[in-house]
Amino acid sequence: MIRQTIGMVFIWMGIAFDFLGVLGLLRLPDVYTRLQAATKCITFGTAGLLFGVFIMKGFSSFGFKALLGIVFIFLTSPTAAHAISRAAHRSGIPLAEESVIDLYQADRELKGE
Amino acid sequence: MRVARWLLGAAVLGGLAYLNFFVFQGPLLVKLINVSLFSSLFVLFRVIYGPSPADRIVAVDILGVLIIGLLALFGLFFDQGFFLDIALIWALLSFVSSLAFAKILEGRRLDD
Repeated sequence: MIRQTIGMVFIWMGIAFDFLGVLGLLRLPDVYTRLQAATKCITFGTAGLLFGVFIMKGFSSFGFKALLGIVFIFLTSPTAAHAISRAAHRSGIPLAEESVIDLYQADRELKGE
Repeated sequence: MRVARWLLGAAVLGGLAYLNFFVFQGPLLVKLINVSLFSSLFVLFRVIYGPSPADRIVAVDILGVLIIGLLALFGLFFDQGFFLDIALIWALLSFVSSLAFAKILEGRRLDD
């Protein structure tokens, strides 16, 4: 009973983080801020949701598949986000007008690319 | 104009929350699945109307991670373990497709 309650708390938290990340994806002004909000929020939210499933199901095959899902998400999601942001910057998509500094552009100009 | 957009968004979100949590009668997991489905709908908006190609790639990547959570909730609701298998396969394929899209966007060849 207490296990079900704690698992539902984690699942609620994960759903809330997912929804806030999607709001950030809709609302923020350019690609990089959208990527930052969406990737961090949704990675943490889905990992929390899977951890809640693990707590509710315990040490069964169901629960261990959920743990394996957390490992996969934590390994793959930041890598994909890094590759996408690097590709977007190199393909010349501009930053928002409100942004104040672009250190990656300065670094590339310093290296003469 | 700005205030009107804020009011429209608040009205849409409040209406969806009211309909989901107070009007709709069902188990609690079905309500959570509904919230996740609405999130997927908003992400699909960004996939269709995204101003640049990178926006669409970000949205497809995020949609993959959302669907993993949705499949975990489905597995809890139906009490079946094979939904998590689908979620694991989806995570790996979404990662590979995101990397391939990023390489194409950067202008490099796939065997580079």
